[in-house]
Formats: sequence, C-alpha cells, structure tokens
Amino acid sequence: MILRLALATLTRRRARTALTTAGVAVATAMLLDMVMLGSGMRESFRGFIEQQGFQLRITPRGTMPFDTEATVGGGAALVVALQGDPDVVRVAPIIGTKGFVTRAGTDSVIGAFLLGLDPTVQGDYILAEGRDVAAPDEMVVNAAWLASTGYAVGDTVALAAGYEPQVRRLRGIKTVRIVGRGRFVMLAGGDRAAALPIATVQAIGGEERRDRVSVVLVATRTGADVEAVRARIERADPRLSALSTTAALRFVDERLSYFRQLAFILASVSLAVGFLLVTTLVTVSVNERIGEIAVMRAIGVARWRIVAQVMIEGVALSAVGAILGLGLGLVTARWLNGILATFPGLPAAFDFFLFEPSAAFRSLGMIVLCGIAAGVWPAWRAATLPIARTLREEAVA
Amino acid sequence: MTSPPLVLSARDVRRDYPVAGQPVHAVRGLSLDVSEGEWVAVVGPSGSGKSTLLNLLGAIDRPSGGSISIRGQDVARMGDAEATRFRLTGIGFVFQRFYLMPTLTAAENVELPMSEAKVPRAEREARAKELLRYVGLGERTGHRPFQLSGGEQQRVAIARALANRPALLLADEPTGELDARTGTEMITLLDRLNRDGTTIVTVTHDEALAGAARRVVHMRDGAIVDDVTVRPL
Repeated sequence: MILRLALATLTRRRARTALTTAGVAVATAMLLDMVMLGSGMRESFRGFIEQQGFQLRITPRGTMPFDTEATVGGGAALVVALQGDPDVVRVAPIIGTKGFVTRAGTDSVIGAFLLGLDPTVQGDYILAEGRDVAAPDEMVVNAAWLASTGYAVGDTVALAAGYEPQVRRLRGIKTVRIVGRGRFVMLAGGDRAAALPIATVQAIGGEERRDRVSVVLVATRTGADVEAVRARIERADPRLSALSTTAALRFVDERLSYFRQLAFILASVSLAVGFLLVTTLVTVSVNERIGEIAVMRAIGVARWRIVAQVMIEGVALSAVGAILGLGLGLVTARWLNGILATFPGLPAAFDFFLFEPSAAFRSLGMIVLCGIAAGVWPAWRAATLPIARTLREEAVA
Repeated sequence: MTSPPLVLSARDVRRDYPVAGQPVHAVRGLSLDVSEGEWVAVVGPSGSGKSTLLNLLGAIDRPSGGSISIRGQDVARMGDAEATRFRLTGIGFVFQRFYLMPTLTAAENVELPMSEAKVPRAEREARAKELLRYVGLGERTGHRPFQLSGGEQQRVAIARALANRPALLLADEPTGELDARTGTEMITLLDRLNRDGTTIVTVTHDEALAGAARRVVHMRDGAIVDDVTVRPL
C-alpha cells in the first residue's frame, strides 16, 4: 500500500514528474559521458599501442614517436644490434616522411604522409581491400589518399620523395603499384597516407633518408623485464630514447590529467544537479501533501512507513531518470565522438568515450544514491511533523 | 443494573503551549469519563479547547499534565511508536475535511489502516466492502475521492475510521464541510453507528449534531462548564 501510494503520488502531477525525470536523465547522461570521457582516451590509446604488439618504441633522443621529423642514422646496424638482445624477439624499423603524386589526369601535385615499414611486422594499418605489400615497388594507401589523387587499387603511379613548388618539379621519383587499401589507425580521418617497404622509402629519399629511421618498434619475449631491456638500449646507444608501453601510458595520463579533472568536476556538477532536482520535487510534493501525511500519522501509519514512502518517491524518480539517462548518455557520447573524431591531427579510430559496463553501473548507482540522499530531508520533515499542529494549520488554511 | 464499563477516563488534564512567547492554557484541569456505547458531543465557542481536547484523547497530542486512560491504557505516557500503534487499533478519527488519500479508491482508503495493521489482504478487502456497504457506499467502492460528493467522502472517512474496530470514534466537526441535507444524513449515520454499539466523541458547532448525541459537554476557556446527559444509555 505504501509503495502504491508513493508511485501514485508521482503520477498525480504527471507533467512535473516527467520534467524532473527528464532533468535527472540529462544529469545522468552528462555524468555517464564524463565517466566515459575520463577513461575513454586513455583506454583508447592503450588499445592502439597494445594492438601493435610491441612493448618498446625507440626514437631519436628526447623525441616522442612521430612528434617531430627527427630521424636517427645507421638504421640497419641498429636493427641488428637490437635483434642481438636476448630478450628481443621482433624489431620493426619505421621511417615517416612526405611523398607526392600528381592527381590522376591532371598536373596538380598531392602530398601525403609516407610510411616506410616492414610489412611483415607492421601494426600501423589494417588492410581493408586488396592485398598487403609484398615487393619493393608496391604500396598500400588509405581511402583519403585514393579520394584525393583519383587513383584506385591496382593502378600504377609515380611516387616522388620531394616537390619543389617554385619550379613545380618532383624529385626522387619511383613507379609503384597500389596493391591495397588500408585503415591507418594512428592517423586522422582526412589525412592521406601510403605505406611502402622501408628500403623503398629510404631509397627514394636520397642521401637525406638513406639508412635512417624515425622509430623502431621492439617486441620482447614473454616474461622479459621490459624496463631492463629499455634501460639496456638507452645505455648502449646514447642517441636513442626508448619508451615502454607503461611509460607511454604514464605520459598520456599526465597529459590527460587536466582533462580528467575537468570531467570529474562536470560529473560532480551533474550529480549535484540530479540531487537538487529530486530533492526539490520531493520537498514540494511533501509540502503539498502535508495535511494528508498528518492524517496518515493520526490514523496510525508508522513514522518509518512515511519515511519509506517519501524515500521511494526519490528513488523511483532517480532510477527512472538514470535508466533513461543511460540511453541518452550513450547516444550523446556517440554523437560527440563523431564530432571529436574529425578534429585535425587525431586518429580517426580514436574513441573519446569508452563504454564500460562497470562505469555505467557506477554512474547509475551514484544517481540512485543521490535519489536516496535527496529524499532524506523531506522524508525526515514528513515523519517528524507535529500532527495536531499541522492538522490545525491545515484546517485554518 | 450495572453501569457500562468506562472506555475513556481523563483526570485533571492540562495542555499549555506557548504562543508568541506567552503561555496559552488550552485545556485547564479537565476531567471526563465516557462509558462504552455513549455518544458525547463537545460543544463550545471557538478557542474553548474542544479540538485540543480531542487531539489529547486521540493521542496525537500530549497533555502538559494529568492522565488519560482509554480502555485502561495510559495514553499520556505513551511514546511515539506506542501511541501510533494505539491510534491505529484503538481510535478511529474522522476529520472535518475528510482527508482521504486522493490517489486511492474508496475501498483502498478504508483498507489503508488495516494494511498498516497487517490484516491479510482477503480479510481487509472483505471488511472494506462490508464497511462501505454499512455507510451506504456499497456501489462506489472503486471510486476515487474526486469522484465522490462531500457527504460520500465523509462516509468513506467514517468507514476508514472503523476499519480496525476501534474502542472509540473521535470526530472533529464531521458535518462542518457539509450542506444541511448531507449533514443530516451524516448525523443519521452517526446515530446508527452509536445504536450499533460504537462509542463516539464529537466536537462540533452544529446544534443538530449536538442535539442528536446522548450527552452534551459544554466547554469554555479550556474547562468543562456543563455536562448534560440528554438520552441515557
């Protein structure tokens, strides 16, 4: 009967209850989005670097992978030296530079990011069409590259390592065949990219690129002390910095700490808004029914049952709002993710909002707890009202 | 002939409370006995302490002094939980403004005190129907308060008050919100209730209601100034 009364009270003023529930749903959606955002970027980044299967990234000293155009010489010897380490099982040298082609059927020149790598151990792209690179004069490109240049998989193109715009001249030209289309996981959606064997990229780059590498990915054997390997590599060659997955994640954590603080503040504001909405509605509802509550107490309804009735109202409001908010939060997260994914310089496959069931349930739980807390004050007020005085005042009113 | 047993015995009851820092003596050393089967109408001018007395007798207010015993239980010394339980099973309340739960049907309103007293569902549904039939609303059990007239709402309130078979029915201006015709119907119902054995104490300004009672107690300034038995038991 008390449950029935509590729920009936909520449906008594349908519009007001619906508006409050909508408010709680919006607060829940924002809370959920902030929780998803707080962990999404980090987990997305972790997914990227772990997907490649390499535990160490070796770069010119003081740089981060592809943060600058810096390269290190003696690439072949470096690879041999790294392969000599007993804890190293795989080494993948990469060079990043720019490459140019003329647009199909025109003389306009299109630039693109050119990735020289070992196709057998790479983790930079996922093949979507055609086949992988198997010869020095073959390359895999992305959809943006194909769209910009007007070529298709199977076409042969003249790829240049340099372009002098003043005299409109391409240099370091090599004829290559497009054998596949791939999705380059670390690149933004609109960035044009092509991948070739590292030896080809080094060769067309001339002296400037000969035997140079931008980054070397290293996979260690299972059970190896990655930090020890990292320290050995840095000790052996002072030109190099080695970054472990753990250190990379720590670095990302540091860079995202302000972002997470902002997400935490906004999540707290959402909780506060949800709390205030529910407590306001329940307080107003109790004030409206003060006479009814006094009569219930007068006819013998126990104090705790009045408390339960008011608390049920708060919990029901917040629970329904939270469930609606879960759906709303997922929809808005997806929409915002679509907008943020188009930001220049960010990988297209990067997820800002990561849905984790535990985080979602945590958010729902927090909102429901808020609903319980929101009912405490009005419930206490309802349960402790002086019956005789309230009835007298109601009669006078 | 033996006299009927006492249902209510109030001795030297006082109720003082402060208003704007000044003590107000709402009830001053009042004593009253009510026997089983009596119908007592408490009358008097506004501010004479009638409603305060009713609240004290019904254990929804505590006296500042004196004792109130209902069926041998000292109401004045009860804690909140005990008083609540006592109100649930020992007292039936009828208010001037009916105060039915607007979201519940007539039958559910009558069931509410029984549900609180943990009466099994089947039993309380049957009793609610029986009580509503008794007050003349057997055909309107599924109606909500807003679908009932003032007189019908007050009948439901009386059925609710009788739900747990209380020892005493307390009614505060039960005809106060009703027109003359409906008020007369209400008096007839109360009279029938009393004839069927219910002990009633009403507070009223309504002369017709007071005239129907077996005994009329006049109050002034918090004290009983006259106590007349019109129709002995």
